[in-house]
Amino acid sequence: MRFILRRLGFYLVAFWASITLNFLLPRFMPGDPVSRMFARSQDRMQPEQIEALRKLLGVDDRPLWAQYTDYLHNIFTGNMGVSISRFPTPVTEVISSQIGWTLLLGGTALVIAAVVGNLLGIAAAWRRGGAVDSALPPVLVFIGSFPYFWLAMGALYLFGVVLGWFPIRHAFTDGLEPGFTPEFIGDVAAHLVLPALTIVLVSIGGWMLGMRNTMIATNSEDYITMAEAKGLRPGRIMLRYAARNAMLPSVTSFGMGLGFVVGGALLTEVVFAYPGVGYQLLNAVQGLDYPLMQGLFLTITAAVLLANFLVDILYVRLDPRVRSN
Amino acid sequence: MATAILQQPGTTAGKTAAAKPKTSRSFLRGLLANRKALAGMAVLAVFIVLALLAPVLFPGDPSRITAMASLEPDAEHLLGTTAKGQDVLALTVHGARSSLLVGLTVGFASTFIGILVGLASAYFGRFIDEALSLVTNVFLLLPGLPLLVILAAFLPPGLGTVILVLVVTGWAGSARVLRSQALSIRSKDFVAAAVVSGERAGRIMFREILPNMASIVMGTLLACVIYGIGAQAGLEFLGLGDVSTVSWGNNLFWAGNEGALLTGSWWVFVPSGACIALVAFALALINYAVDEVTNPRLRKIKAPAAAPVQSAPDTRATIERSAAQ
Repeated sequence: MRFILRRLGFYLVAFWASITLNFLLPRFMPGDPVSRMFARSQDRMQPEQIEALRKLLGVDDRPLWAQYTDYLHNIFTGNMGVSISRFPTPVTEVISSQIGWTLLLGGTALVIAAVVGNLLGIAAAWRRGGAVDSALPPVLVFIGSFPYFWLAMGALYLFGVVLGWFPIRHAFTDGLEPGFTPEFIGDVAAHLVLPALTIVLVSIGGWMLGMRNTMIATNSEDYITMAEAKGLRPGRIMLRYAARNAMLPSVTSFGMGLGFVVGGALLTEVVFAYPGVGYQLLNAVQGLDYPLMQGLFLTITAAVLLANFLVDILYVRLDPRVRSN
Repeated sequence: MATAILQQPGTTAGKTAAAKPKTSRSFLRGLLANRKALAGMAVLAVFIVLALLAPVLFPGDPSRITAMASLEPDAEHLLGTTAKGQDVLALTVHGARSSLLVGLTVGFASTFIGILVGLASAYFGRFIDEALSLVTNVFLLLPGLPLLVILAAFLPPGLGTVILVLVVTGWAGSARVLRSQALSIRSKDFVAAAVVSGERAGRIMFREILPNMASIVMGTLLACVIYGIGAQAGLEFLGLGDVSTVSWGNNLFWAGNEGALLTGSWWVFVPSGACIALVAFALALINYAVDEVTNPRLRKIKAPAAAPVQSAPDTRATIERSAAQ
């Protein structure tokens, strides 16, 4: 329980840090980005909306601490202002319409990569020098060396443009009515294949090698020798004794991977024009839509912190050593 | 992070370092006898030579227009030309300069900060350790790519911004790994002896502790350089770098911008991505070689079950994962 509270405190500090970063960035950056934004979009906005945005982004003459308390108040009441590029939609509305796609894409890719990568790692560590152990790691490391977006564009070109097997952009075919119909779900799945596959391809190597190296360490533990001496079936020793104890670092990686899901799919989303928060973040940056940019960054951070906290709770269940002290 | 709890004092590298005073020499010899390391260093050397000789091999501005647009590779333009009519080979060779420069600068700077933070944490302990670890963990947890994008959007574009932003988002991973290693060395007797004999803090940190973690520092440095090169390319691909410089990331940005793939000009798109991959792969090879040389368990197929050496297998995975972000 003390462990959980400590972690909770840490995540609150981290969240406060990102809010403060968000608050300070537009106020201390050179070149006055906010004025640039207003210059671009002034004619479309009401005077009171401009005033509200000025307050949010710090272009007013009040002392800094007053701005800061106001800012905190706004954040915690869910008021992140209105989007400039999608004026006059509130930022929160823009984000909530897109985070689902990011979670779908990133979640699918993460689960596939983690499960397959860990299984490969187990197989490689169990048969040192075998086919899986000697052939796969170099290949996967080599694939992992390629820039993410480069592989994604290559896959897009090959399977989308040349071969035409998969759709090349967006999360579903334009004009299709969203709903829980077989047609729509199939369409979404088809759009998901290429982006998810490219993420899996580059991230699977890390999972595999991490699991392999941990498991090599557990393989030489005394309890493995003991299990062998008892005459247990090798498959049982591999999964229930060695792999089970080697899983813990992978659980932590999974937590960090969740962070990658929300934020890291940015490049993939950009290449495939997938309508998630990463794609939107880049659009916001290009459109000088600072309120949306800040809202997206805070949402992404909050999601990452929440995911890590959940993993910590899981960790307490999995590892008795954490509970005892 | 939750793994910090599991980090046992006395990792493998620390043990061998304490046992043999001349580790660094035998470490280098082991590295030179390692096939992976040699292959990696050879590839890296080729790219460094190319980068240094770029003005001799392709004199003049590489982005000037020299030929017809979108020519396929032939004898005169070995890698063809872009949609603007620039020579792709010249762009690629010149691109090595900026990419390697940024990658190495980011790598060295992040490792340097990581060393300072890690050593200070481990040596002073208590309050300083708590505070530094908190900051490190917060930076580790903030989603890397979105933070990169936000920072790059607020700062004025330029090479300096790119480097600054990459260091800000990249140092935390190395700090965490180096701290846990420094902690294990801090608890060794020879450090206690140095403290008792009244040596100054700086001397103990840099002359007693640091030389004994040379291999981990090297691994961290390599991981940071890989991160730097990859993240720079990603940032530039998104159009958030300095688009006027010639680098691999910018080459790919322009390739995407000019629709190289949609018109089928794969030769514009392939070379820069392949170069990034080759450099990253070469660095990864050296990194694995460092790991094999310092961790006997990964080197020998049949690990001796007797030596109860605690290894920290999750550190590598952590670096990898944070580098991927």
